[in-house]
Amino acid sequence: MCADKTRIAEQFIGMIPHSQALGMALTDIGDGTAEIAMEYDERFVGDPETGVIHGGAVSALMDTCCGAAAMSHPASPGTTATIDLRIDYMRPATPGQRIRARATCYHITRSVAFVRATAMDDDETRPVAAATGAFTVEGA
Amino acid sequence: MARPTPDPVQMVKQRRDAALNALVEGVPYIRFLGIHFDRRGDELTAVMPYDEKLIGNPSLPALHGGATAAFLEVAAIIGLSWAMLWEEIESGRLDPDSLAAGDLPRLPKTIDFTVDYLRAGLPRDAYARAQVTRSGRRYASVRAEAWQDNRGRPFAEATGHFLMPRRDG
Repeated sequence: MCADKTRIAEQFIGMIPHSQALGMALTDIGDGTAEIAMEYDERFVGDPETGVIHGGAVSALMDTCCGAAAMSHPASPGTTATIDLRIDYMRPATPGQRIRARATCYHITRSVAFVRATAMDDDETRPVAAATGAFTVEGA
Repeated sequence: MARPTPDPVQMVKQRRDAALNALVEGVPYIRFLGIHFDRRGDELTAVMPYDEKLIGNPSLPALHGGATAAFLEVAAIIGLSWAMLWEEIESGRLDPDSLAAGDLPRLPKTIDFTVDYLRAGLPRDAYARAQVTRSGRRYASVRAEAWQDNRGRPFAEATGHFLMPRRDG
């Protein structure tokens, strides 16, 4: 992974208003892999009784992380857009803990990048959610 | 046997709107995204007014896929909860005042959610409707569709599966 691509990936997340609004931070980027963290925030709660983060916020984190993984693949010339994304919610995220998503672009063609991801809170042995998606391969 | 007098229209509307508001306004993330619901009888339309913080691609510009996914998921969960509670709201068994006071019934939990992105979401208001395609005691399936200018040209659609809360009685 060249320094240039790291810079582009960092810019990528810095330039996305929605990711900024959710306080996402890129914590790692590789050749077709990305890790993004989102701090716990009471505004993102989906269940006021338990304080558990809304699935939609986890979706946004997963989508951003999968997109970053697709763009960081050596065979990707530029930008990407989501074709489809499926999220499995395995357990509620523990209130108060930040959520980290890790995505891998495991296959890429000239037009499609295939990506999967998992999201974890502090207990890394039990993922909170898993995602699989297809992304466009665009631009040079 | 004499037919019971129907409740006055204002009372019916107030009961329904109070129940809907209680469902929606108790959820911080729905407020964060600025989503509200339009109600016509039992039909709900979710509305997500445009906001700069919903943008995912500033150069197009286009809505963030995550904002679109969350919008559809909110439409699906509220639509499913609304369908689940409708009978109780109508019969008056569910008291809107206690709902408004935060005494919400347990809501369905998302098992999985799949979004198809059909075209870029434009920087303007978005609308969504959900349809419960299967509703059982434990599991439910819901489809949701989001559009902007043209109802016939959705920009995203989704299907999700939900675990229904245990209900007494």
